[in-house]
Amino acid sequence: MENLDIISILGSTIRLSIPLIFTALAGLFTERAGVFDIGLEGKMLFSAFAAAVAAFMTGSPWIGLLAGIAVSVLISLIHGFASITNRGNQIVSGVAINFLASGLTAVLGQAWFSQGGRTPPLSPSARFTEIIFPYANELRDTGFVGRFYANVISGHNVLTYIAFLAVPASWWVLYRTRFGLRLRAVGENPGAVDTAGISVTWLRYRATICAGILCGCSGTYLAIAQSAGFVKDMSAGKGFIALAALIFAKWRPVPVMLACLLFGFLDAFANFMQGKNVPGIGEVPVQIFQALPYVLTCVLLAGFIGVARPPKAGGVPYVKER
Amino acid sequence: MSPSPTVAPAIELIGIDKKFGAVHANKNINLTVAKGSIHGIIGENGAGKSTLMSILYGFYQADGGAIRINGKDTVIHDSQAAITAGIGMVHQHFMLVENFSVLENVILGVEGGALLGRGVSDARSALKRLEADYGLEVDPDAIIEELPVGLQQRVEILKALYRGAEILILDEPTGVLTPAEADHLFRILGVLRDQGKTIILITHKLREIMAITDTVSVMRRGEMVATRQTSGTTVEELAELMVGRRVLLRVEKGPAAPSDVVLSVRNLTVKDGRGVTMVDNVSFDVRAGEVVGIAGVAGNGQSELLEAITGIRKPASGEIFIHGQSVTGLDAARLRTLGLGHIPEDRHHMGLVLGFEESENSILGYHREGRYGRGPLLDLDACRDDAKAKIEKYDIRPPNCRLKTANFSGGNQQKIVVAREIEHDPALLVVGQPTRGVDIGAIEFIHRRLIAMRDAGKAVLLVSVELDEIRSLSDRILVMFAGHVVGEKTPDTGEQTLGLMMAGIAA
Repeated sequence: MENLDIISILGSTIRLSIPLIFTALAGLFTERAGVFDIGLEGKMLFSAFAAAVAAFMTGSPWIGLLAGIAVSVLISLIHGFASITNRGNQIVSGVAINFLASGLTAVLGQAWFSQGGRTPPLSPSARFTEIIFPYANELRDTGFVGRFYANVISGHNVLTYIAFLAVPASWWVLYRTRFGLRLRAVGENPGAVDTAGISVTWLRYRATICAGILCGCSGTYLAIAQSAGFVKDMSAGKGFIALAALIFAKWRPVPVMLACLLFGFLDAFANFMQGKNVPGIGEVPVQIFQALPYVLTCVLLAGFIGVARPPKAGGVPYVKER
Repeated sequence: MSPSPTVAPAIELIGIDKKFGAVHANKNINLTVAKGSIHGIIGENGAGKSTLMSILYGFYQADGGAIRINGKDTVIHDSQAAITAGIGMVHQHFMLVENFSVLENVILGVEGGALLGRGVSDARSALKRLEADYGLEVDPDAIIEELPVGLQQRVEILKALYRGAEILILDEPTGVLTPAEADHLFRILGVLRDQGKTIILITHKLREIMAITDTVSVMRRGEMVATRQTSGTTVEELAELMVGRRVLLRVEKGPAAPSDVVLSVRNLTVKDGRGVTMVDNVSFDVRAGEVVGIAGVAGNGQSELLEAITGIRKPASGEIFIHGQSVTGLDAARLRTLGLGHIPEDRHHMGLVLGFEESENSILGYHREGRYGRGPLLDLDACRDDAKAKIEKYDIRPPNCRLKTANFSGGNQQKIVVAREIEHDPALLVVGQPTRGVDIGAIEFIHRRLIAMRDAGKAVLLVSVELDEIRSLSDRILVMFAGHVVGEKTPDTGEQTLGLMMAGIAA
């Protein structure tokens, strides 16, 4: 493989990892607070749709982002209302959100724009486009380091850099703030939080709001940064891959980022291998490579990562003992 | 110590009333707790002690009544208000985050700012002070789940003190402690009292009340029935007040009349899930008409021995016979048809399905029998009639066979298991920890039932970590240590001798 190929794979690794990082961090907040969040996929899709519509209407990607976040937070609150306030089953609520997202976005898209569930293509000014760092173009042809700088470090949209900032920020919030301490506590033993005089309900709602914001960024990235509009079911299972990355990373922020980069890399590698010959074997059907992230997920979740100890109170609605 | 009358009581509860649906958990409760005293609240499971204390700690709201703290009317609408009023609580099930450090648990809820940095270092020095003042040593950086239970409980006490608690409520604090840890706890409570703290101790163990409290209040079925100076009362009087009738604290029984061998264990070796040998080449017999007790400190192979005999765990080697027939390796269902009854050590994990109705649990394990079914279907009427008969005979409360088993108290849950196994009239009854977490009224009842089984000519094998129980029920005592039976003794053998054998020191 040429240096050039490696650079190109790494560049697309970054691009493919971003939605995973946002989404997995979103799951990190809810699940560490003891609320299973299988509806990440649906929130992503809803926010992608909202961002695309808002960006198309206003011509501003920032308003698109706000719309994406607002809708995603709203859906998170619905999940919270079902599973925190009404103590419903968190998995069922999440699955319902996923179905709703898949159906409702396509129907609304068709009703409003009559393009088969798509939203109309966005002009570059309505999207988040690449930011070229200083001297990136000049350094593009100056050896490996230069190319790495130009194609892997530089040349991404603003959400990419926000995603990488969100990782240390999440770590800091979880481990260095009062909110983070309480959030981690409520996912392990809500009784301890309640007897300390803190509202379990409000704390869990705040965690789902954090998740909504991050998922909003993720969906927005899909629709108006990576693509130029919403396409039906464009999240394509990324919400579930993000959940797998979250478990793989044992619910810790920095490992979450690394796991997402790994999944992104596999995806990029699969794309790269499309139509290429593998030395000694010949052309391998691209599906083999495309299956890799899923195979890896199965292998990892089957226990090859050691015991992944989920937050102890995860999935259990809090009821004061009688 | 007697506080001077000019000092307002630390706590006054006036006419506290609380209902949960149809259950009247607290009926017009009045209670006065003097400042700087240790006040015991005793009562059977379900008497309403925990509910009352949860109201005081703001966990539940009373339907009626008033609370005065240090003479001031105080409304406690949540735990935060209780903490502000200087009340701290050590719950029966610890309210700790197990993967947090001691320090993180202590500051949870009182972090001292939106960022943790300062709060953590303040707490660190505060813990040092508390350690010096009260002898409450614990490593602030230790992770809770790596600490023994006694230390975890100390963290709960530290949490309360760090929040400035002047009144400390302890709910059944010794249930999870070894005797040595319990003694240590009592010493700490003594120090706290001497430094002016007020302590409320909730328990159903009479011995603890006598050992440590200044005053004791007795609750029965939601009512406060009496308050006594501890020095002016006796264990017998308290037991009677608790149960509402005279209680025999000793088991009355005649001499045994053992006859044929029912259970025979030969060279039995049992390994646990990790492959460690837990029972090593053990042989003994149990005859019809006798109770054989197995004494030992928990974890010396008694559980595995029980599991092998009752068909839950396959033995590694050796043989088990019932009535001379080899039953080695048969499963639990088959063994029941051969006359084995089993009251398991842990009713929650093995004896009952807590989410089932009482009537379902009262036939569990025997549900395949013809009298409970019609073909592949259960005959629910037959099951319920059967359950009602057992409820009547064993005085299981509340007498409702449709109630979820989880809603019965510990003693009544145990009676459901005991009734099921004894009423099936087994030739051999294998019993593990029959009275663990059971109140004294039910203990007396269960003990009498076991002796009645013996007198009816059944073979009874009893495993218990309560040496008193072993000594008062057994006709012969086998002592287990490290997987071996290290000796056989008569029930009149002194506690000390048995204790040394259990520690592996004497044989």
